[in-house]
Amino acid sequence: MAEPRTIDIKDQPGFRSIAIICLLVLYVPVLILMIFSLNSGSLVTHWEGVTLGWYGSALRNAEFHNAARNTLIISVTATIVSTICATLAAIGMTRVKPWRGLSAAFMVINLPLMVPEIITAVATLSFFALIAGMFGLNFGIGNLILAHTVFCIPFAYMPIRARLEDMDLTLEYAAADLYATPWNAFRRITLPLLVPGIMSGAALAFIVSFDDFTITQLVAGPGQTTLPLYIWNQIRRPMTPEINAISTILLLVSILFVSVSFLIARQRAK
Amino acid sequence: MGIAFKNRVTAPQLPSRPAYGDNQIGTNLPPRAGSLNGVIVPEQPGKSAIEVRGVRKVFGTGENQVAALDTVSVSIRENEFFTLLGPSGCGKTTLLRLIAGFDFPSAGEILLHGQDIAPLPPFKRPVNTVFQSYALFPHMTVAQNIGFGLEMLGTPKAEIEARVAQMLKLVKMEALKARRTSQISGGQQQRVALARALAPQPKVLLLDEPLSALDYKLRKEMQIELKRLQHETGITFIFVTHDQEEALTMSDRIAVMSAGKILQVGSPRDIYDRPAERFVADFIGETNFLAGTVVSKKSGVATVKFASDATIGAGYPEGFDPTGEVTLVVRPEHADLVPDPAKGTITGTLSNIVYFGTDTHYHVKLDGGGENFIVRHQNTRSSPVTYETGAKVGIQFEEDAARVLKD
Repeated sequence: MAEPRTIDIKDQPGFRSIAIICLLVLYVPVLILMIFSLNSGSLVTHWEGVTLGWYGSALRNAEFHNAARNTLIISVTATIVSTICATLAAIGMTRVKPWRGLSAAFMVINLPLMVPEIITAVATLSFFALIAGMFGLNFGIGNLILAHTVFCIPFAYMPIRARLEDMDLTLEYAAADLYATPWNAFRRITLPLLVPGIMSGAALAFIVSFDDFTITQLVAGPGQTTLPLYIWNQIRRPMTPEINAISTILLLVSILFVSVSFLIARQRAK
Repeated sequence: MGIAFKNRVTAPQLPSRPAYGDNQIGTNLPPRAGSLNGVIVPEQPGKSAIEVRGVRKVFGTGENQVAALDTVSVSIRENEFFTLLGPSGCGKTTLLRLIAGFDFPSAGEILLHGQDIAPLPPFKRPVNTVFQSYALFPHMTVAQNIGFGLEMLGTPKAEIEARVAQMLKLVKMEALKARRTSQISGGQQQRVALARALAPQPKVLLLDEPLSALDYKLRKEMQIELKRLQHETGITFIFVTHDQEEALTMSDRIAVMSAGKILQVGSPRDIYDRPAERFVADFIGETNFLAGTVVSKKSGVATVKFASDATIGAGYPEGFDPTGEVTLVVRPEHADLVPDPAKGTITGTLSNIVYFGTDTHYHVKLDGGGENFIVRHQNTRSSPVTYETGAKVGIQFEEDAARVLKD
């Protein structure tokens, strides 16, 4: 036995069956949802034949269009703003002299991850109700963008900070040594090397904002229906496979988005 | 012709001459110091490139304070290959970081050509560093890495390209200029790191144990390479190492450091043959220490008496007045064995003979007690005498072999 033996997970008793059960529980419902989007009948529980008709009617549905546009406006804006904030926060907390309140700031940024979302939702609702009542301020869809931006920041912050902490500080010393001002060193060295972290932070923020329900449900005003809210409203009526088609479209968009950001991150990391 | 250093503290004052690449590559002219800078720096032995004056560096606060550098002063000359030598934790890297500007001294000043640079940030110092880990930018090619410093200085594009080409040639890396730095070997990364640091023509090049990550053969090669580069560029090199052999073979002068202090500064010969302190003697090479008593002294030579009543003349460090009980240092190759104990200055019993191929070490247990004394003999085809373990022998000293140590 010359070579030290490492444990092979596949040899562990029960590994195979537990893994299969987990995969089934996770993905079979999704798979069934996707299959029934092709059902030619009008029930989501009774299979009659194959059709793409529900995709057609979903894509022609004006309410769906409206919800999709709202969702994209909110998610994209919230992703961009929260990623910028998270990047600045991560730099301000790793690339500076330790300052008083540094660990407190870290806690505050990450607290939203631990607070139950319904509490954040109620608090956000009260906040907007308060400023509407006191100052008559209502930003319309801006309320939702603001709320999404705030709760996306910790999600974007985590991977960016991790990347900054893993980065070799000597590279920044080397840049300074080679006459790069702090701004140039950041622009030419730190930022390009940080891109994979920023990409995964942004992807995470986008997904979190894209499918947020709880906060959106409470904060959204009339005409501010997002896709999750739209789906929620639909399933309270008699359901048709159109819902399945819409859900499948959402799923494919998410998968596409995550894959692209993953590929970009991997490309940059090379 | 010389490229202007925007960030240089002092502009080069001498008239410009053609740069190295224009007039000397391909000729038999001897390399000239400073010629790569486009400036011929005349021999000025006394002129210092870097002068460190009373520099202290303290880390931590209150009771946890540690002085990494304890009031260090040293003057490093122009065009010199200067080595900071010492064990890890002696403060040599701290001193290098202070010169580079990555840290600021707690007290004292650091002069570059007479001007205090201690308060300047690193990007305003005409000093470049070769890092122990090389710190090459992973998202850039070899050529982009080498050109980075010039780009930051705002050098015109055409000039950057010309200089990068020149640097690639200097370190023999032309073929790999378009590679990513992750696609080249450790030795090649080392060369790129050197070229990158040399490209902006710094006044001083700092090297932080740059060879420690290389294997033995490559390290030997790079030692010669570094020496050549220093000679060809005429730039002052400050080299940090804990490897005494590296220091002895490459340096013009060495500063031996221990516990935040510089113990001795001198040429490799000075340091090896005339160590001033026990630490220096012990850290560099193999050494014998002998106890004796000073009986008289005259013009730099003390007469020291051993327990056996035999006496020996021994030099001592300048500015030091040896009296009473002292410690002498003798290198193993500066002593000789004689078969007849009566002819030796000191006597003892051979306790061990170790054969090394090129030479043989004889361990002698001295009659007066104390540590074993080691004598090194160069092996020749016909060694005149053969010794047996347990034999009584005498030890003779070459002239100037013994030195009195300060402590």
